[in-house]
Amino acid sequence: MSSETRFIDFKSDKQPTWCPGCGDFGTMNGMMKALANTGNDPDNTFVVAGIGCSGKIGTYMHSYALHGVHGRALPVGTGVKMANPDLEVMVAGGDGDGYSIGSGHFIHAVRRNVDMSYVVMDNRIYGLTKGQASPTSREDFETATTPQGPKQPPVNPLALALSAGGTFIAQSFASDAQRHAELVQQAIEHDGFGFVNVFSPCVTFNDTDTYDYFRDNLTDLAETDHDASDFDQAKERILDGDSEYQGVLYQDENSVPYHEAHGVTEDMTEIPDGAPENATDLVREFY
Amino acid sequence: MPADFNWAIGGEAGDGIDSTGKIFARALSRAGRHVFTSKDFASRIRGGYTAYKVRTAIDPVESTVDRLDVLIALTQRTVDENLEELHEGSVIIYDGERTSMQDLEIPDGMVGMDVPLKSLAEDAGGAIMRNIVALGAACEVTDFPIEHLASSLEKRFGDKGQSIVENNKAAADLGAEFVEENYEAASAEFEYELETTDENYVLINGDEAIGMGALAAGCRFYSGYPITPATDVMEYLTGRLERYGGHVVQAEDELSAINMALGAARAGARSMTATSGPGIDLMTETFGLVAQSETPLVICDVMRSGPSTGMPTKQEQGDLNMTLYGGHGEIPRFVVAPTTIAECFWKTVEAFNYAEKYQTPVYLVSDLEMAVTEQTFPPEAFDMDEVEIDRGKLVDEDEVEEWLDEEGRFRAHAATEDGISPRAKPGTTDGAHMSTGLEHNELGRRTEDTEVRMEQVHKRERKVETAKEREDWSPREFGNPDADNLVVSWGSNEGTINEAMDLMDEDAPEFRFLSVPYLFPRPDLTEAFEAAEQVVVVECNATGQFADVLEHDTLQRVDRVNKYNGVGFKADELAAEITEVLQ
Repeated sequence: MSSETRFIDFKSDKQPTWCPGCGDFGTMNGMMKALANTGNDPDNTFVVAGIGCSGKIGTYMHSYALHGVHGRALPVGTGVKMANPDLEVMVAGGDGDGYSIGSGHFIHAVRRNVDMSYVVMDNRIYGLTKGQASPTSREDFETATTPQGPKQPPVNPLALALSAGGTFIAQSFASDAQRHAELVQQAIEHDGFGFVNVFSPCVTFNDTDTYDYFRDNLTDLAETDHDASDFDQAKERILDGDSEYQGVLYQDENSVPYHEAHGVTEDMTEIPDGAPENATDLVREFY
Repeated sequence: MPADFNWAIGGEAGDGIDSTGKIFARALSRAGRHVFTSKDFASRIRGGYTAYKVRTAIDPVESTVDRLDVLIALTQRTVDENLEELHEGSVIIYDGERTSMQDLEIPDGMVGMDVPLKSLAEDAGGAIMRNIVALGAACEVTDFPIEHLASSLEKRFGDKGQSIVENNKAAADLGAEFVEENYEAASAEFEYELETTDENYVLINGDEAIGMGALAAGCRFYSGYPITPATDVMEYLTGRLERYGGHVVQAEDELSAINMALGAARAGARSMTATSGPGIDLMTETFGLVAQSETPLVICDVMRSGPSTGMPTKQEQGDLNMTLYGGHGEIPRFVVAPTTIAECFWKTVEAFNYAEKYQTPVYLVSDLEMAVTEQTFPPEAFDMDEVEIDRGKLVDEDEVEEWLDEEGRFRAHAATEDGISPRAKPGTTDGAHMSTGLEHNELGRRTEDTEVRMEQVHKRERKVETAKEREDWSPREFGNPDADNLVVSWGSNEGTINEAMDLMDEDAPEFRFLSVPYLFPRPDLTEAFEAAEQVVVVECNATGQFADVLEHDTLQRVDRVNKYNGVGFKADELAAEITEVLQ
């Protein structure tokens, strides 16, 4: 690890194909900045992404990375971190990837509390398939496949995380570069599963949840008396359906990450040339 | 004296049938006798008929037979279910004090031994030990030295405390004494005497052998989701894998299980998941990603009866086509199917080596009967000194240099001559790269360029060609090599076919027997087929999936012997069927 890593070191030479103005640019820049600020470099970093606009992130960043199947990025990240706890593992996804097809994995990754960070680019729409409702779309959000709206209330990812035992729950806004990078950095530095839901507007298909909408409606918790260590306060904010927040909603300061709690501390990638020295004992057990 | 002895305990699920059977099987193996066990169980936790059968002999045994010499019947149904296997002189041990057993009628010519199992167990310290009382009674009937049972009880209950062990030994003694006092004449006339030897044997089932193979091969990460009959692989590894610095995770589902295993493998660990057919269905999407991203991964499919939830606790070899062809697009893969329980160990070691040497997913295919059956082997069958680890083209910091392009980017999918690219595990300086399920160039970056697409398809296919040239994919050969007839099989049928050969009449047609452990790549049997007058393919499925594959390979028609009622082949039944087909 080098303390001199710059965010540009995490940038690949591949130009993003995201639409001009897409929130994902800001989201990714913040991720790279946070990785550099926490002293990581591309050779000790593993980025996992699923499918969708968010899934392209591994291509545009420079690190060890896997671009997986839809919704399964969190289990991949879990396996990477368990096999080599020395790696910095960051999982990126979108609202469809994380809260629809991958919602089961989301809840279980939260409660497993593996020491990695999870950044979700939440634009409240399916962009890459050209504009269908996502699990975080508003109930009356009209799209080609939901002309009367999804007819069901949106998923509240922060509430899911809190109820599953989340130990770090934050929300940021792609356009507020400074705060967003800070929050991702805090997620990386958190001992356990650091979850950041990022408002990352889709400028092509979502004309409701726009940059202007978030600018006008976002309350930064840093400017309030919010105490992130207070579970009840966090619960109240998270369940407040009328407000949009940016900042750390909840952090369990006593969080013990999975690998510490369960002794998964060894690098599993080094193995002997043959069976382990005491392997004959394995056979003797069956005498 | 009969060559072998067959014994069973049967009752309701929840009666402790499995653990009782295991205790007696181990007592026999500790006495230096060969053992082969089989289980009959239903997919429920309590109730429903369940049985544990043990065949034992001084010579190796590798299949079951339809014959019972001693039966411990905890329910009336146990007798009813096994009537055809009982014979004149068979002993049935039961508890006449049990309300439901009071009217038990012992068939003519058989010996009923009414032993108050529950009362005697209570005398020894608790009704729960009634099965152990029955085992003590069985020892007395068969003149089997009860100290071997005591030694097995010690192993089974040792970590629960010496008083538990002593109580169980007392229960066994009471059972033996009761038979001695009340059925002296009958047990003296009983024709079986279970002699003992000084041999040391390992008593192990297929799932355990796979788990042990994984540990020996350096597997460090296992993630799985419980499913019959693969769960024992996970149970075996849990706690043991941790001793070697590894970890077992029970994932939230099969999708997660294979993706976690994939993550660990990409990080550079030897990694595995195991499941059964329905789980393979769920894993198939990621299977494609594993292949396309060229990640070394061992995926174990312990087959059971399908399709859908089918008969989850019954035998079948119905997943061959799925493991050969499953997944959209065209996916290079290896499919390895051990043919005996000991081979479960060795093929697991091979599977890990193939996965890393060729950077592909490897299906390790076993089946229910092999998974739950316990068999004795000499310890040399698992000679740990023979285990070799080959990690393939894993490059270190220095070697990375020669695989960088002009801009210093690591060519993780370099189109090499042998189709195998260098592999840098995360943490290796200058090795950073992305892997993806998308078609990609040498750098791992997405492409739709037609030439690059062709180059990568050919590269991945070349790995299989390289493997075909470099490894030995021969079948295991038995029977008469010069016989006109050829019998071919795969998976767990090997032992049964070998026993069938021994059982066949002298005037029955002889055959050469090829047992095929490699399903892809697989041996080219064209010459063997051409040399044979008749070819019979034996497999536990309805359509003859392997027969189809071999007909395709060799352009020659074969005869088929199939079984798909949920029960595996029996040696005597196969002897008759093969004889009939070959005549």
